[in-house]
Amino acid sequence: MSEIADKVKKIVVEHLGVEESKVTPEASFIDDLGADSLDTVELVMAFEEAFSVEIPEDAAEKIATVKDAIDYIEKQKAA
Amino acid sequence: MFRLDGKTALVTGASGGIGAAIARTLHGQGATVVLSGTRQAVLDSVAARIAPDGARVHVCPADLSDPAAADALVAAAEAAAGAPLDILVNNAGLTRDGLAIRMKDEDWNRVIEVDLAAPFRLCRAALKGMLRRRSGRIVSIASIVGVTGNAGQANYSAAKAGMIGMSKSLAQEAGSRGVTVNVVAPGFIQTAMTDVLGEAQREKLLAGIPLGRMGQPDDIAAAVTYLVSGEAGWITGTTLNVNGGMAMP
Repeated sequence: MSEIADKVKKIVVEHLGVEESKVTPEASFIDDLGADSLDTVELVMAFEEAFSVEIPEDAAEKIATVKDAIDYIEKQKAA
Repeated sequence: MFRLDGKTALVTGASGGIGAAIARTLHGQGATVVLSGTRQAVLDSVAARIAPDGARVHVCPADLSDPAAADALVAAAEAAAGAPLDILVNNAGLTRDGLAIRMKDEDWNRVIEVDLAAPFRLCRAALKGMLRRRSGRIVSIASIVGVTGNAGQANYSAAKAGMIGMSKSLAQEAGSRGVTVNVVAPGFIQTAMTDVLGEAQREKLLAGIPLGRMGQPDDIAAAVTYLVSGEAGWITGTTLNVNGGMAMP
């Protein structure tokens, strides 16, 4: 797993208080990890801070799973 | 009841009559208070009156007409107190009165900026930590004119009504995390701002107040203390009208 993926996972575990084993790439923040809409906003803000990226609102709306977050951040970092 | 031991509170506009009373009362209930305002010397003397030994009182000057200063104030207050913020009291405000047909954009904008945009920025900054910690209290000091309107105060009443609407929205956003957001809307309070009224004006005013007297800063401080206390944990999005019965919206 990439460094970014590790860090995303860690943030999700920390923020949502879920077990690490549940944070699979396919896991949906809302459907699988028990997040509500406020949690997802907080997660996006945590990603922004941790990776020094800006995630605009329309992109943030599309981040539904752990993989979505990793992919988006990897793309930003590669750009 | 209503003890605030171990809590940290930021009070803006703490150099004014109402703000100083709020800070003193919260401190008296056991809270650590951070006083903000534009006038450092006045804040220092308010702080010295609250706690001559300096215990649990800090001063953090900020000019809230500067967006960057408003954005930075919560972090500065937390650094000064050495603890995360549990309580935010948006009390700072100013007036630039005039009838609408002669009101300059500058007077409109300045009041909206300081009385509405700055409280929003402070709420935004404070909420980030409060939501994460699953607790917090925000109380904003509006005004009766935000509910009733007042000739000559289109800007001020718009800002205060805006504050009430904003607080209701924030209450809905923050409710699931146990954070409450409320408003206290004072009526006519005896302060330097109202001391300039003439005798005739005062008589007329009092005739409209069922409780027959001007309010005191402590009347407002008591309402704030209640709303920021643990006991008020099931009250959010409300506006507490503290006006001697002058308006009963």
